[in-house]
Amino acid sequence: MSEKDMRDVYTETLIEMAETNENICVMEADLMTATGTKPFKEKFPMRTFNVGVAEANLVGIASGLSAGGKIPFAATFGCFAARRTFDQFFISANYAQQNVKLVGTDPGVSAAFNGGTHMPFEDTGLMRCIPNLVIFEPSDTVSLKKLIKQAADHKGSTYMRLQRKGKNSLYKESDKIVLGKGNVLKEGSDVTIIASGYVMVPEALEAAELLGKEGIKAAVIDMHTIKPLDKKLILEYAKKTGALVVCENHQKACGLFAAVSEMLAEELPTPVQAVAVEDKFGQVGTLEYLQEVYGLTASNIVEKTKKVLERKQIRVGVQNG
Amino acid sequence: MSNIDLKELKEKAKEIRIKTIDSIGFLGVGHIGGAMSIIELLTILYYKKMKIDPINPKMADRDKLVLSKGHAGPALYCTLADKGFFPVKWLHTLNQGGTKLPSHCDMNMTPGIDMTTGSLGQGLSSAIGLALSMRLDNIDRNVFAIIGDGESQEGQNWEAAMAASQFKLNNLIAFTDYNKMQIDGYTKDIMPIDDLEAKWKAFGWNTYRINGHDFSALDNTIDSARQSFDKPIMIILDTIKGKGCSFAEGKLNNHNMPFTYEEAKEAIKILEETNV
Repeated sequence: MSEKDMRDVYTETLIEMAETNENICVMEADLMTATGTKPFKEKFPMRTFNVGVAEANLVGIASGLSAGGKIPFAATFGCFAARRTFDQFFISANYAQQNVKLVGTDPGVSAAFNGGTHMPFEDTGLMRCIPNLVIFEPSDTVSLKKLIKQAADHKGSTYMRLQRKGKNSLYKESDKIVLGKGNVLKEGSDVTIIASGYVMVPEALEAAELLGKEGIKAAVIDMHTIKPLDKKLILEYAKKTGALVVCENHQKACGLFAAVSEMLAEELPTPVQAVAVEDKFGQVGTLEYLQEVYGLTASNIVEKTKKVLERKQIRVGVQNG
Repeated sequence: MSNIDLKELKEKAKEIRIKTIDSIGFLGVGHIGGAMSIIELLTILYYKKMKIDPINPKMADRDKLVLSKGHAGPALYCTLADKGFFPVKWLHTLNQGGTKLPSHCDMNMTPGIDMTTGSLGQGLSSAIGLALSMRLDNIDRNVFAIIGDGESQEGQNWEAAMAASQFKLNNLIAFTDYNKMQIDGYTKDIMPIDDLEAKWKAFGWNTYRINGHDFSALDNTIDSARQSFDKPIMIILDTIKGKGCSFAEGKLNNHNMPFTYEEAKEAIKILEETNV
């Protein structure tokens, strides 16, 4: 456990970067209190811009700041970051080859009490359709800090799914975390569980434990970067284990599962099973309740793993004639 | 402004108008109407008002322009080519595959373009970002933004209007090209935008309303706008869509119209024979 919430680490990292890089700016659309960036404003009032409840303008101004040489980190709830500002982010930021760091907070079921209107199950999918965009979703406080810094250094726009609340730390400060490269958290030879984000990576680790008790050796990969996808690592584990389960706090369509499946279909067809939201809208409830409702749990990962292992067996049987 | 200056600007506007008709006519189709209506504005900005350097288009302390109505790109390309940002012969590549002069302005393709535009309603927000950057960098120059009248129907403009006022962007000078027409008809019939002056004033801007084809009015008003203490400035330009292009001027279908190179040459001949 970290001493700090994810959002505190977000702000603290921005302040740390801004101390030495005068181009770092923070933008908000009346969610400064929620994102927790007020300490940045106190320290750098001239580099903090709150545009009010106007997300299209948030991304539009961020694009202009970038065209003027600044590196704006613009945050709002993921539902608005992706759905409300899609054309602004597509044209003014990405088509224009700008350097806008867009942050969508409260991904998927973590929107909890804000309910269905505020629950982005499709943000990664929308963003994946933007050429060259870097998309990532940190799974803990340590990777959050390391990945934000790399995103700031990256020349081009990025989209980060940010869990605001929670103090999970899966990594040690000394661990190497590289934007664009998955991290193998646990080795295994029977199946590979690929997961992204604060909600699903711990569930994947727990599922691997449960599977271990039944004699199934599952590898677990934290695929914090969804685009560009770490093809090399996925292919290595697809060859090694012959079956994969992809877990995401997102729609099954167009997210990480889709990215992995599209790649494998062309490179190395391998049985893959999804643990993701099955073509459903969001709804209100506690995080735990919603994880149950949408099957974003360790027990569902175990179930899907067994299913994919059956498919693997059939496949091996067919191959062996 | 002296009479000599005025005559020179008028001559220059005529040249740019001719180049624009030629460039779109060479292709055979394009946004002639909204290009013609901003020729005087582009001329005075690039020949009298803006600090720019065609040899060093990315010069840090330059004035910047966001042509939010990006479809009027051809008029800006002809101005930039005439200023020497790129060879005039590029103008005949407009909209051809592989061109550096695409239908809508692209800062990564065309030297001298300060912001990519084309999806209407987005340019003013970008201009605000550029103006804020200038302020952070202590650069005492202006960002100019040109938005269309039909474009003013996009809600993002009014989000931007509030923000520019809140941020006290007195270095942002915007223009509305009020030529009274949009694709489907007259603006007053499709979705009226009046009273523009009252609207922008209500959003906290200094406003002016002038004849957008009158160089003296443009000259005085831009100078006056630059004196704004703590407010952004909106200059509403009464203009004529298609102005100076014989077959297009005032025609409702001139937003994006096909015409032959022969028709273009005919319109150019009429312009050439007209004394400024």
